[in-house]
Amino acid sequence: MLRLVNGAQTVGNGWPFWMSFLAVLAGALVYPMFADSYDVGNFAYFLIWVFMAMGLCLMWGYCGMLSFGQTFFFGIAGYSYGVLAIVLGGGTMTVLALVLAVVLAGLSALVLGYFMIWGRVGGVFFGIVTLSATLVLAFFLGQTAGPEWAIGEARLNGFNGMKGMDPLNIPWFDDETLYFEGASLYYLAIALIVVVYLGLRILLNSRFGNVIVAIREDPQRAELLGYDVRKYQLITFIVGSSLAGLSGVLYTSWGQFITPGSIGLPAAAMPIVWVAFSGRGDITATLVGSFLILYAFQTITVYSQQAALVLMGGMLLATVMIAPQGFVIGIARTIGRLFRGRGAGNATSSNTGS
Amino acid sequence: MLYQFADVFAFLILSAAGLAIVFGMMGVINMAHGEFIMCGAYVTVGLVHAGFPLPLAQLCGTLAAGIIGVIVEMAIVRKFYTRPLDSLLATWGLSLVVTQGMLILVGSSVAGIGTPPGSFAVGDYTFSVYRLVLFAGALAALGFVYIIFMRTKFGVHARATMQNAKMARALGVPVGRVYALSFGIGAGLAGLCGALYAPTMTLIPTMGATFIVESFVTVVVGGSNVLLGTAPAGILLAAVRTTLNAWHGQIIGQIGMLIAVILIIRILPEGISGFLTRKQR
Repeated sequence: MLRLVNGAQTVGNGWPFWMSFLAVLAGALVYPMFADSYDVGNFAYFLIWVFMAMGLCLMWGYCGMLSFGQTFFFGIAGYSYGVLAIVLGGGTMTVLALVLAVVLAGLSALVLGYFMIWGRVGGVFFGIVTLSATLVLAFFLGQTAGPEWAIGEARLNGFNGMKGMDPLNIPWFDDETLYFEGASLYYLAIALIVVVYLGLRILLNSRFGNVIVAIREDPQRAELLGYDVRKYQLITFIVGSSLAGLSGVLYTSWGQFITPGSIGLPAAAMPIVWVAFSGRGDITATLVGSFLILYAFQTITVYSQQAALVLMGGMLLATVMIAPQGFVIGIARTIGRLFRGRGAGNATSSNTGS
Repeated sequence: MLYQFADVFAFLILSAAGLAIVFGMMGVINMAHGEFIMCGAYVTVGLVHAGFPLPLAQLCGTLAAGIIGVIVEMAIVRKFYTRPLDSLLATWGLSLVVTQGMLILVGSSVAGIGTPPGSFAVGDYTFSVYRLVLFAGALAALGFVYIIFMRTKFGVHARATMQNAKMARALGVPVGRVYALSFGIGAGLAGLCGALYAPTMTLIPTMGATFIVESFVTVVVGGSNVLLGTAPAGILLAAVRTTLNAWHGQIIGQIGMLIAVILIIRILPEGISGFLTRKQR
């Protein structure tokens, strides 16, 4: 098992790392028993966004594709979930809605990705084409206020956002229904994060992961070595974007509403800030860093949203000027070096985080 | 129809010209482009409120954006010429700071100034004169770019730098100054766009976002050469958009334009100017 998740492409491969990973996980699992339900709900909210960050880390940090379109797929999946949950009629159908919504996000990534990757759009253009698509989607949804913009019972409602869909739920024991809200949503998010995180680590340390890192380093060389670069890029783009879609579904389910505001500017910049600041080069750094940033910014946003965004922009600027690899990963590497300096056997870098 | 076409064309050219120059020269996409547009618009409106005549205020707005552009280039963008992706992030960070900072400082909206009155009639239709001014402004901007880059010493330096920065430096071209000035010109053109459109729209700190999609797609389609790329891209996209607007309204026009762009990059990945340059060889 450990052999699958460990490897050259991820930081944190030794026993100390996995021990602290388990400790953090255990802490996260018992946390709702001590905290009040409001805090648990908030934590669940932060965890929802982490998928989007991990998806971007995969595309940008490992494959070198800087996508500004994470909120595009977030929005597609979020709105699809809303529409599907209403049209299919709630209840257990919400699980189907979740799956379909994520698949839809993946399909739109397939289409958009095909045109960009097969057109060999790279570098800065990749970013601005995805951003253009994102902004157009936000404008489009922003003007769907009229009653003609409805799919079945589901009204899109323009800028005011869509609401009235059931949260995710499954049948539970004794004919009861388990709604994923508060603590249960928290546990669902934790479970999904563990699955996605370990899954991505397995993917990254597999042959596939090595190839996409090779593509990041030098697409031409990778191609000359006989790999179909476009296929690998497209798959990476679909996986990363679907993760953004998962975030979108969970977000819609969490608040039972979604607005175009969570797609357009400045929302589209947020995943970039989290991943850049955390360190795009490593999935663990992204996981920990994004969570910490979200937690910190929730506190600031309570006082002033604008101030929080100014700080976000400043952080992005500071990151690229001072520590282009990201701050969290820088700290993690320093800790790792300290361990090695003490002669602690294997080269490890522990990264305990929250 | 022709009038609408001219209107869309002017919008595309004015919003994209500055971005295209900066991209063509330095390979940098300036994500804070919308904020330079906003800067031009705010300065213009502020000066009009202070009693300046509109054309003078617009000139000041353009210059203000240009000067701020030079400062931004020297303070930030200069560090990123070897890392184009990071320049994207840095300017985006700047854009966030400026937009949200403006929201804190000046609030969400400023009293606008009306569109200059005056209209003329052709047959049954009436047209606003100011829209024609915008079209003239777009043509003037293209003419200005042409003269600057093809007819001045700076233009020779700039084109030399564009082709091969190291070689130009070795031949004694002050590459750093050329970059700073080009960025300034790009920002100034953005400011001009803001100044010209200031009377026609509501001023909000996030107004840059209304221009940014159009400027991005025009540059993507046009490619890295302003003179060869941006103008044809403007014509092409304006044609697509005008047709779709007339058919089914603004938003379909915008979506259609985006789809057209995505199809075009599949066929012409280097944009129109890349295609034309290759044909010449």
